[in-house]
Amino acid sequence: MSGRGLFGRIDWLTVFLYVLLVFIGWINIYSTTLSDSNASIFDFSTLYGKQLFFIGLAGLGIILVLFVETNFFERFASIFYVICIALLIGLFLFGTTIAGATSWYNLGFFNLQPSELAKVATALALAKFLSDIQTDIKTRRHQLYAVVIILLPAFLILPQPDPGSALIYFSLFFVLFREGFPLFYLGILLFTVVLFATTLMFGTVWVAIGLIILALLVYTFKKASVKIPLIPVMATILVSILFSLSVNFVFENVFEQRHRDRFALWLGLEKDEGKLEEIRKTIGYNTYQSEKAIESGGFFGKGFLEGTRTKGDFVPEQHTDYIFSSVGEEWGFMGTAGVILLFSIFFLRLIHLAERQKSDFNRMYGYGVISILVFHYFINIGMVIGLLPTIGVPLPFFSYGGSGLIFFTMLLFIFLKLDSNRLKDGI
Amino acid sequence: MKKLLLSSIIVIIGFTFIGRLSYLQLFRFSPDQTLEDPAIKAIYDYPERGYIYDRNGELLVGNQPAYDVMVIPREVEPLDTLEFCSLLGIDKTTFLDKMEKAKIYSPRLPSVLVHQLSKEDYARLQEKMRHYKGFYIQKRSLRYYATNSAANVLGYISEVGEWDLKNNPYYRAGELKGRTGIEKQYEEVLRGTKGVQFVQKDRFNRDIGPYKGGKLDTLPEQGKEIRITLDKTLQEYGEKLMHGKRGGVVAIDPKSGEILAMISGPTYDPALLVGRERSNNYNKLHYDTIAKPTWDRSILAEPSPGSPFKILNALVALQEGVIDPSTTFRCYHGFYVGNTLRGCHCGGGVRDMNSGIYRSCNAYFAGTFRKIYAKYATADEGMDVWEKHMKSFGLGGYLGTDMPTGRPGRIPNKEYYDRAYGDNRWSSSFIISNAIGQGEVAATPLQLANVVAAIANRGYFYTPHLIKSIGNAGAIDPKFTEPHYTTIERKHFEPIIEGMANVYKYGTARWLQIPGIEIAGKTGTVENFVRVNGERMQLTDHSIFVAFAPVENPQIALAVYIENGYFGARYAGHIASLLIEKYIKGEITRTDLEKRMLEKTLEKEYVKPYSGEPFKINEYVW
Repeated sequence: MSGRGLFGRIDWLTVFLYVLLVFIGWINIYSTTLSDSNASIFDFSTLYGKQLFFIGLAGLGIILVLFVETNFFERFASIFYVICIALLIGLFLFGTTIAGATSWYNLGFFNLQPSELAKVATALALAKFLSDIQTDIKTRRHQLYAVVIILLPAFLILPQPDPGSALIYFSLFFVLFREGFPLFYLGILLFTVVLFATTLMFGTVWVAIGLIILALLVYTFKKASVKIPLIPVMATILVSILFSLSVNFVFENVFEQRHRDRFALWLGLEKDEGKLEEIRKTIGYNTYQSEKAIESGGFFGKGFLEGTRTKGDFVPEQHTDYIFSSVGEEWGFMGTAGVILLFSIFFLRLIHLAERQKSDFNRMYGYGVISILVFHYFINIGMVIGLLPTIGVPLPFFSYGGSGLIFFTMLLFIFLKLDSNRLKDGI
Repeated sequence: MKKLLLSSIIVIIGFTFIGRLSYLQLFRFSPDQTLEDPAIKAIYDYPERGYIYDRNGELLVGNQPAYDVMVIPREVEPLDTLEFCSLLGIDKTTFLDKMEKAKIYSPRLPSVLVHQLSKEDYARLQEKMRHYKGFYIQKRSLRYYATNSAANVLGYISEVGEWDLKNNPYYRAGELKGRTGIEKQYEEVLRGTKGVQFVQKDRFNRDIGPYKGGKLDTLPEQGKEIRITLDKTLQEYGEKLMHGKRGGVVAIDPKSGEILAMISGPTYDPALLVGRERSNNYNKLHYDTIAKPTWDRSILAEPSPGSPFKILNALVALQEGVIDPSTTFRCYHGFYVGNTLRGCHCGGGVRDMNSGIYRSCNAYFAGTFRKIYAKYATADEGMDVWEKHMKSFGLGGYLGTDMPTGRPGRIPNKEYYDRAYGDNRWSSSFIISNAIGQGEVAATPLQLANVVAAIANRGYFYTPHLIKSIGNAGAIDPKFTEPHYTTIERKHFEPIIEGMANVYKYGTARWLQIPGIEIAGKTGTVENFVRVNGERMQLTDHSIFVAFAPVENPQIALAVYIENGYFGARYAGHIASLLIEKYIKGEITRTDLEKRMLEKTLEKEYVKPYSGEPFKINEYVW
């Protein structure tokens, strides 16, 4: 420890952005969950009062993290990981079921969600594995190890069922990409997603025509010196068309109706106004109400505590996953654009911090933190504004919920702690 | 590349989100969506619709309470259906059917089970209603008519339809709106403005308090009562006289342009379009395509005006200086157009203006008409002058009254005849029928009455109107209090009026004199044709009569048009004389005329063209 006290050389800009996000989040939780305007904000029987308590706990968490010796995290990363995996397995035996998902341990005063804890542990374990002097990410074997570290908790979480949390683990691939994992895989993933969506929207024939035209364009406009072998290109097109054909089959025969409806809503496949109305009342209800609430905010919003749809409780789960719709209704475009801007600055600042680390472990863990946070932010807001299908993940620092807030905070402050000691690393 | 990957993704996500949010919050946002917001419910407070009084302050239209039996399906408990049905006076299938529909509409919201109970039924039900959970009685306000006349003037109100909802943001489904007549014309005055209270709802449609603390709520503004210019007594009497006759009557106070009576026959009781039987009655009236009771003949029928039009030709000729009152024409029991003799009933001989008018000599007016055109080098010029004079009487165009409907009639112009005959290929002889009001000219009874008012005033008229005063302030549109001058100088009217007075003294209406009142009038007998199943046939002439009285201080000017009534002095003349006596004296001394009009109908004439058999027209015996 340096002589500069508990906070050392901590990055105050990031801390400031963090506090701002938590504060704005709480303001919106207050607005969504307020029912009796006479109650004190410290009334712990109310949700906003509870959230205030969680914020306090998160503060304690920060102090705890800052007290711990810097090396501790790197040294015990593997053990954390093993404990978390054990906790995830233990859920199958001792878990408490809330809202249909067996994702919690009932600790009496507090429900612990190990999948949140596991995000921290996995990010640490991955960083430790990759930063090990013997690990070479260029080899297939180590690539496989890395992928196993990432996906093991995801597969344990998936059957809870909590597909949203499971999906989050895929974000850690960005750590691999940063460290030299071939981007080719990312390209294939993106290409698959695009093929999938365009097939559903336009049909196989148009996708095939599009692919051929694309190939011809590439051949026409490429430099004469660049040689592109013909056979792999043709093979790619062929495989793509086969994939495109299978998409329709899978969509119609493997997916269930509720999945189809979600995709239909997301990609705007359903044109029949009657069916749309039906979807809006059932599977698309949340998205529809959330979009409407945001839309009704306009540029300036309806004002703090003036959101009629927020007050009327029209958007289900508004204080948790749909908290951003309250920002949209009450603070308007100014509020939503402001929050997007705030998050973007926050993330870019974190990337800047990660890139300035001298220690590989610090940098890799930093990337893990950023990837996890960005993925939450992307999926949550994308869902709330109707760009992505409904996947239940919270908005970091905003959404109501103790586990979420505390573990996001610890995730972040472990990195800030590492960052504050970066100058001593390697000594 | 790999260092920038995540940063670029963050930036791209940021732009995508802001793009989507701009679409939602800037592009799709509309500021007036308060009313579409499911979280806000508007509760309306409806003011009472304004009453309508006649010129003397007699009530014509008021309001009456009506009672709807409402049901909220979710709250209904098992009940004795048979007993309840007999209480409501409906059968069980209807009851079950309506309950099913109410459930489909919404289990939570009230639906109407039985429309508009009578007061008696209401009294009977009121006691027992509380035994039936989920049902209640809602009071509504309906129109009440203190007269069985003037349906065409008063108009009716009915529920707004999709068209109104789309075109006027004021109205909400289920509200009432004036459809025709005064109810339509003065809709906004009569209706007032509804008050509104906004309530914040949650997604289960429960009230959770006032929206924005009631800042946007408004109080209802009462509908204003209005007075119209009709004389209730005269209107009712006129409609009685019109019994069994088709046609239109308009009586105007020439001193103000106020319409004293506006009668269309056949008519109907305005109360038919109120209450439970409203739509049945409306269909019956609307689909009677032969008698057309909903077609207001007083302002929509456009017959040829016939002989009363001769007066106007005489006035034009005097103004143009082509004749003076002593100018004479010879009548050969008709007049020649080329080699063809066109007939005349005046008796023949030499006619001056006075006898030309009171004996209604066709030859005299044909001569007069030719002289007007002869003054000008070309028929075109003559036509322009003639048209200008005629239009100054409010003919051949809309009068600008305060009625929501009307017809312009027709004063032909040179373009009209150029189209018919070719440019420069026609002369006054081609259009000579207009001299006696038979050719291409056409006018509504309202226009004719207005012409008579202008003659009674010796040269000017006020736009005929129905509004007398609005609310307590009383102000009406100033356009109704400005005189409109015709292009005929005052001095030319006296010899004409003398001739019209002689119509009653020695002329075609001498049997219709009213003791003690000097009347100026003019008969008209108008040939007319109809097409039934594609076959053109001539029917008995229309009976037309125009008059004003007293000659020296005119109080009433009117035009009567009776379809297929034959001579002007028959039906139209009788009705005109009786209405004048009723209005000026307040009582009837010519009870012989009255008896005839109350008894005689023209139903026999009206079935002739539809009987499918050959028939005679213009039968002498009546």
